[in-house]
Amino acid sequence: MSRHKLVKNLDLDEELDDYDGDEYGYDEAGEGGGLEELSEEDQENMREGTIKVREALPTGTALDSITDKEIQEALWHYYYDVGKSVTYLLNTYSKAAKKAEPKKKKGRSSYLIASGVMFSQAGEGALGSLADLEDLAREDDDSMVQHCSKSFNFAEFFKDTPWFNVPIERQAVLIPPLYPRGGLLGGSSDGAPKMSKLQALAAARRKKAQEQKSESISEVDKPMASLSLGPSTGKAHDTSLDREHSQSAVEQKPVSRGFPLRKRKNSNPHEKAPKAPPIEVEPTQEREEMDLDQAQNDQASPSAFASTMFGSATTSHRKPENIFTMPYTATIVATSPTDAFAGPSPDDVVLAAQSKASKKGGKDSSKTPKTNGEKKADQIASGVEAMKLDDTPRAKSKNLDVLAEYEKAKTKNAANFVVIGHVDAGKSTLMGRLLYDLNVVDERTVERYRKDSEKLGKSSFALAWVLDQGTEERARGVTIDIAMNKFETEKTAFTILDAPGHRDFIPNMIAGASQADFAVLVIDASTGSFESGLKGQTKEHALLVRSMGVQRIIIAVNKLDTVSWSKDRFDEISQQVSAFLIQAGFQQKNISFVPCSGLQGDNIARKSTEPAGLWYTGRTLVEELDNSEPITRALTKPLRLTIDNIFRGGIQNPLSISGRIEAGSLQTGDALLAQPAKEKCFIKGLEVDQEPADWAVAGQNVTVHLSDIDPIHLRVGDVLCSPSAPINSIKHFTAKVLAFEFLMPMQIDVHRGRMHVAGRIKEIVAVLDKSTGAIQKKKPKIVKPGTVARVVVELDHAVPLEAPSRVVLRSNGDTVAAGLLE
Amino acid sequence: MKLIKQSILPDGTGSVTLYPEEPEDMWHAYNLIAPTDLLKASAVRRVTTESATGSTNSKRIRTTLLIQVTSIDFDSFAGQLHVSGRVAAENEWVSVGAYHTLDLELERQFTLEKPSGWDSVALDVVKESLRELSEGTIPAVVMQAGLANICLITEHQTVLKQTVEVPIPGKRGGESAVHDKALEKFYKTTLETLQRHVDISQPGRMLLLASPGFIASGFQKFIFEEAKRTGNKALLANKGNISVVHSSSGHLHSLNQVLKSKEVLVKLKDTKYAKETKAMDEFFDRLRADDGRAWYGPSEVEKAVAQGAVGRGGGVLLILNSMFRSQDVDTRKRWVTLVDKVRGEDGGLVLVLSSDHESGKRLEVLGGIAAILTYPIEDLDEDVPESTGGEGGESII
Repeated sequence: MSRHKLVKNLDLDEELDDYDGDEYGYDEAGEGGGLEELSEEDQENMREGTIKVREALPTGTALDSITDKEIQEALWHYYYDVGKSVTYLLNTYSKAAKKAEPKKKKGRSSYLIASGVMFSQAGEGALGSLADLEDLAREDDDSMVQHCSKSFNFAEFFKDTPWFNVPIERQAVLIPPLYPRGGLLGGSSDGAPKMSKLQALAAARRKKAQEQKSESISEVDKPMASLSLGPSTGKAHDTSLDREHSQSAVEQKPVSRGFPLRKRKNSNPHEKAPKAPPIEVEPTQEREEMDLDQAQNDQASPSAFASTMFGSATTSHRKPENIFTMPYTATIVATSPTDAFAGPSPDDVVLAAQSKASKKGGKDSSKTPKTNGEKKADQIASGVEAMKLDDTPRAKSKNLDVLAEYEKAKTKNAANFVVIGHVDAGKSTLMGRLLYDLNVVDERTVERYRKDSEKLGKSSFALAWVLDQGTEERARGVTIDIAMNKFETEKTAFTILDAPGHRDFIPNMIAGASQADFAVLVIDASTGSFESGLKGQTKEHALLVRSMGVQRIIIAVNKLDTVSWSKDRFDEISQQVSAFLIQAGFQQKNISFVPCSGLQGDNIARKSTEPAGLWYTGRTLVEELDNSEPITRALTKPLRLTIDNIFRGGIQNPLSISGRIEAGSLQTGDALLAQPAKEKCFIKGLEVDQEPADWAVAGQNVTVHLSDIDPIHLRVGDVLCSPSAPINSIKHFTAKVLAFEFLMPMQIDVHRGRMHVAGRIKEIVAVLDKSTGAIQKKKPKIVKPGTVARVVVELDHAVPLEAPSRVVLRSNGDTVAAGLLE
Repeated sequence: MKLIKQSILPDGTGSVTLYPEEPEDMWHAYNLIAPTDLLKASAVRRVTTESATGSTNSKRIRTTLLIQVTSIDFDSFAGQLHVSGRVAAENEWVSVGAYHTLDLELERQFTLEKPSGWDSVALDVVKESLRELSEGTIPAVVMQAGLANICLITEHQTVLKQTVEVPIPGKRGGESAVHDKALEKFYKTTLETLQRHVDISQPGRMLLLASPGFIASGFQKFIFEEAKRTGNKALLANKGNISVVHSSSGHLHSLNQVLKSKEVLVKLKDTKYAKETKAMDEFFDRLRADDGRAWYGPSEVEKAVAQGAVGRGGGVLLILNSMFRSQDVDTRKRWVTLVDKVRGEDGGLVLVLSSDHESGKRLEVLGGIAAILTYPIEDLDEDVPESTGGEGGESII
């Protein structure tokens, strides 16, 4: 996993919260300290040690000033090794008198850190190098002290030295140790380990967490931030150590966070946090948690180099701890995992917050059945949620009862309608006008379109540009693909599907019509245009929408302004069209006519203001749309979603699809099966009408962000279905079709929504009676237009189709038949 | 194809030696060679010899083999013909009865002998194959948004070379740039693929671009822009030969609209292909008119021919050449007899359509055989055994 992901997954709010808490904790940790927390045994050791050291120390001027406390500290350091303590004390205090101590400490320490940060410490090796570094630094110090005059000021010396990018001449020269250095940190001369600010924060937080758990442990952390090394009570140490053992035994985390030595080194509270060393991130259980811990954790994980060199960090971090038995380091190790699992995981927190935020959040997961029968898989999945090897964690299903949610949500009626008609009938302009008048698009946008279209010499297309967004569409003034736009009235939320009128783009129009609940047929009333349109796509479109199951049709008799709102013309058109539509199978009651002008806006959102058009007193187009009845949807059927568009939904969602759910429902986290690829995928995210959602039901236009599938498996027209009730891919089918043209065994394109595939009519089984369906003639040679026949269709390759899908058969650019799969 | 030697006796037996020159000739050979024929051609065979001590030694040798054909496999994409059969004449390396698959090669002659005799259809194929081809192939790209079929149109075949598919996201509010970029990538991929198959900058080379809508013209523009950008002068000089034709979809069968286009018809004016297309169109028109003069399907056409309806004065028998490719000699004989009757006694026109051509594909769905009659006959299909299974359905609409 990249660092970017880590950063991305951080919950900023939480981080900030933590920070505040730490500041507070830090202050607290700053107080206190001392030896009073030593165990009895330790105290005894200490007492004896102190006496011995006193004896060993030569009496001299500078050394007389050594206090018991300092001796004890040294002893503590060297684990009651009298000899070493004495050497250390001698070394230190013989020079101590000459120096301005605090300055030196600070200077050296920062120097060390500055030059040492590039090493990420892990295990003994890192320990060795660090110790070396320190040694060297001390030598450096010493020599510097010797070389420089007494008035040497370290602060001044390092004044121009940045924390990082230390000039090469000032960097320590690192010489690998000749022999294993052992675990001891060779007496940092003044024993005042410094702590980075971040480390201090982290420590304080840890302390706070501990405080909540046990009062006895809480004190342990106190000495930590103090300048002197405060050993804590053995009791606390023991408990924490025990805890640590038991915890790590249970968790077995692959990445070690417990490298105790580093802590001591860099515990200067004024120090800036060194750049976090690169972390070799294995796909660990809780990536997110780790991210959060990163900030609060003082110990960096071993660098790639370090872990390679010194093996598993888990084993190595134990050793120095035993040598030092430094209580607070032990507690640190103990607390960080404890912390990590004490509260809800950041993931859970986020999810909880999200579900709280959305009122819909269902908590009744226990009693509601899962919609897609993936229950078991999901349980396992959530069980091993943390063990994901995948980069992007799979979205967790909330196990909503989508149908119940849908009932609860009581959304507005939603209706899709397709706008059809002959090319240049003014479909796009009419819809552009509708959106403009309903304030879905603002004045400025339309003004801009107007200007731009004037440049192209097509000022009358300005409103159409609201829907025709494609470069080519604008340049040519022709709608090529379906445009989807939304608007709402008081009763209903509408989705416009603006279909292309040009005969070459009928496949796109079929795609749009397959998603529609009803249709708006736009007719150009201007002289000559109506007549040519009726022969052309007006007829074909009307037949197509009818054969695709659209029952209701509103006819917008457009461009009436060009015939000066002639009522005669309107009546003439109405008569002809309604005769034709009834013949095509529409019922009279489902046909309504509205005279209008898309360019002027009469009778669309407002009543006509034209004096010549006042004869019309009926409903406007919008009122007529609103008059549509809600459509019942196949909510309980297995999921079917035909892919309408495949695109990259952004950096977070590299693969998104959009389409309309034909049947069933879905929710985030569901597993889906893509047909005909037979590839399984998961819903990573969901958008309904461009708004993020947790679930969606049949009839809604959704954008689904998918995970765990390669885009190569998906094509426009493929079907996403539930794996428990998949749609099958078939290579041939029998269909009952209504012939629009002569049918014979011939090559055809089979269209179903967006999907289209080449095939052929293999056999004409029979000609059927139009009303009764009885067989009139078996195995006819040819089927005449207007008759119903049963045909066997063979496809070039298998596609997902199932009865009772509605298919359209086209040949050489003409619709030859449409019908129902059997 | 060149005829090297022909020795066909009056009774139809005998052999023909042919010399294929271009890939199209393999197609003719494919139509000519039938199972049970004797084929003599140069072959490469691995021969294993065993020495006296028992050690084996294998080597590849080139030899001429005579085989009795058992099966034929034509790879139209590569233009290769593989004929397998059993060795009929022993030679130094191979014994009789051993199996061998001959790969017929260009520029290497082969001799074909038909023990069952050379029938009229076979002789026609030979005659047809010997015609000098004036023009080569016409490459065509049939496309729609996101799909391009690159094919080569020859007189006897349309060969699909490659299909290019590039996903093009549809239009979504205000993101036309994504669509445009994908479209450009589609054009680019198509052009690169096309250039791998055809040298479109060759002077005089025709190229047909067909699509619904503006895809083809967009692609044409793209080709010229690319040529300008890369300084491909040869391609720019060839500008006039790259033409855009309308087709209703990007699927391969839309090719028949391409083949009906002016540009192709001018090029293939007097070819067999043009006649075939015309005849097929006429047939479909008659079928639509439903005047009882157009019939399709083996049994119907046979009956019509038996009644002498496919005769002088407009009678046309359309038959697919794959009908003669039957493994069964009797089946082949049945169709040959039919063809001979129409051509000989009745004086009708017989067109043998190539199954690898678009008009042939249209005939294929009709059962491979169709006829335009000189006079209407109703109810030719009356006593066709009907399959049972007439369940009543409900009205669709």
